[in-house]
Amino acid sequence: MIDITPSHYMVLSATLFMIGVIGVMVRRNIIIIFMSIELMLNAVNVNLVAFSHQWQHVTGQVFALFVIAVAAAEAAVGLGIILAFYRNKETVNIDEMNVMRW
Amino acid sequence: MGEAIVFYGLSALILGFAVMVISTRDTVHSVLFLVVNFLLVAMLYVLLGAEFLAVIQVLVYAGGILVLYLFVVMLVNLKRPPETYQDPRRQTRLGLALSGAVLAEFVAIGVYGYTSPEGLPAVAAQAVEGGNVEQVGWVLYTNYLIPFEVASILLLVAMIGAIVLAQRDV
Amino acid sequence: MVDTLVIPLLKIVILLNAILIAVTYMVLLERKVIAWVQSRLGPMRVGPYGALQPIADAIKLMAKEDITPTRADRWVFTAAPIVVLVPALIVFAVIPFGPEVELFGRSVPLYITDINVGLLYVVAIASLGVYGIILAGWASNSKYPLLASLRATAQLISYEVAVTMILVSLVLTAGTLSMVGIVEAQRDAGLWFAFVQPVAFVVFFIGGMAETNRAPFDMPEAEQELTGGFHTEYSGMRFALFFLAEYANMIVISTVATTLFLGGWLRPFPGVAALGFLDLVPAWIWFLFKTFVFLYVFLWIRATLPRYRYDQLMRLGWKVLIPIGIGNIVVTGVVKVLL
Repeated sequence: MIDITPSHYMVLSATLFMIGVIGVMVRRNIIIIFMSIELMLNAVNVNLVAFSHQWQHVTGQVFALFVIAVAAAEAAVGLGIILAFYRNKETVNIDEMNVMRW
Repeated sequence: MGEAIVFYGLSALILGFAVMVISTRDTVHSVLFLVVNFLLVAMLYVLLGAEFLAVIQVLVYAGGILVLYLFVVMLVNLKRPPETYQDPRRQTRLGLALSGAVLAEFVAIGVYGYTSPEGLPAVAAQAVEGGNVEQVGWVLYTNYLIPFEVASILLLVAMIGAIVLAQRDV
Repeated sequence: MVDTLVIPLLKIVILLNAILIAVTYMVLLERKVIAWVQSRLGPMRVGPYGALQPIADAIKLMAKEDITPTRADRWVFTAAPIVVLVPALIVFAVIPFGPEVELFGRSVPLYITDINVGLLYVVAIASLGVYGIILAGWASNSKYPLLASLRATAQLISYEVAVTMILVSLVLTAGTLSMVGIVEAQRDAGLWFAFVQPVAFVVFFIGGMAETNRAPFDMPEAEQELTGGFHTEYSGMRFALFFLAEYANMIVISTVATTLFLGGWLRPFPGVAALGFLDLVPAWIWFLFKTFVFLYVFLWIRATLPRYRYDQLMRLGWKVLIPIGIGNIVVTGVVKVLL
């Protein structure tokens, strides 16, 4: 338990990922759902960097860098969609975003 | 020994703040807990020797993406609480139970099922001396040049998309 | 043990005290300089020539009543001034004030630490400073602070892009991200980078002024515009923390500009041996002198130029400075390859 092995980082990453999944499933506020998705992406990054550290090769960190770039792009477009939706129907509750036209 | 203390402390804080992110009623507080979470994950990266990625995490994730989230939360300033209506088909308890089962499975794999594969798969050896930044830069611009260019096009497309979506119909 | 723990802690204590004292006296300096520009004398009553005015200001602010608006978010309201001040102070961990000196038989470097991503650390911490402003406006639960804070945040993140592009071309020139490495690159090149990259120097200074909400870019906190901006609802010591943070940010921009463009602790013309007599002046005195020049230019510009309107400010950031920054990167890259 004193030596920190990649298994420790895998458990941390898995728990963080599942906390994100629970956030997506339980919460109805769409902004919190987006933030839970960011938590999931972060968990994956932790895993990648842990393995990069184990093998002493920077490929894992480069992959994590691309994950951050994709997360930025997805956040920008996703929040644009939320704002456009909010402008039409004044809600951020996904249980109310279930009709194609009203 | 010191590494273990730092790792366990950081993990406890990271998981604690993550739970507070998904369980707080107030959205602004949720975003702030996520900011703290990302700063702690950046500290974890420094512990793992990935300094460049740690600073990029603070700069891009905590200092860019989450500022955007905070802006949107403030623009979507609702008069009534956002989560009053619940779809009757929603099965929250079943979802929580299944998540717990999947988490137990992941932890079991992580603790018992992980064996290191023999040797590193064939990747180019470290061709440049220097610290973390030089190595990341070298690999990024030689082996992974095409994903790098594709990522830049992706960001351009996302920028255009976000501007078009958030525009008012003038 | 002593080298890794005690000496850095001592340096941190000395540096924090020095910065906080410098920030309080910056307030007095600003009032004096603006007064002299306007043909009047400034604070003269408290102490000789007004020298004890900051102490009187500090006592006044600490004695004021601490008001919290009724429906304000109490935790965020309390945290916002702290979130503004802390990033402004922790940037000083990577600023090199001088080379290694001999003190009490040890060789002590005159900087707290030298990380290999120093410049990126400075930019990252600057991007965290935006949070305090957003939170201050939001937590006040009042219209004017909210609008002012959204404006200030938009201004900050726009000029952050321009400044970061300039820093990219500077990193291309220096070949390293570490702050000490950039100073040594200037020593090896024999020229301050202000002469190698003059466009970057000017754009960095303009962007730095916009980053710190300093005149002429101080629309978000001007009294005539939005009744005091994002710190309207703050009083007493919390208000003081906002102003401490603003002056600390000014000192940060000045020290970073000195390190990156004016050669840090190097004397003028470090490559010319004939000017060796200038080495009699200790390196850290050169650093402080150059920082002081930048601070004076900040005050001078505040006293002279009128304020930018908000749309002019955003146009300048997006349509002028960012294209210049991108062009600078391209030109620097081409020159680096050809030379």
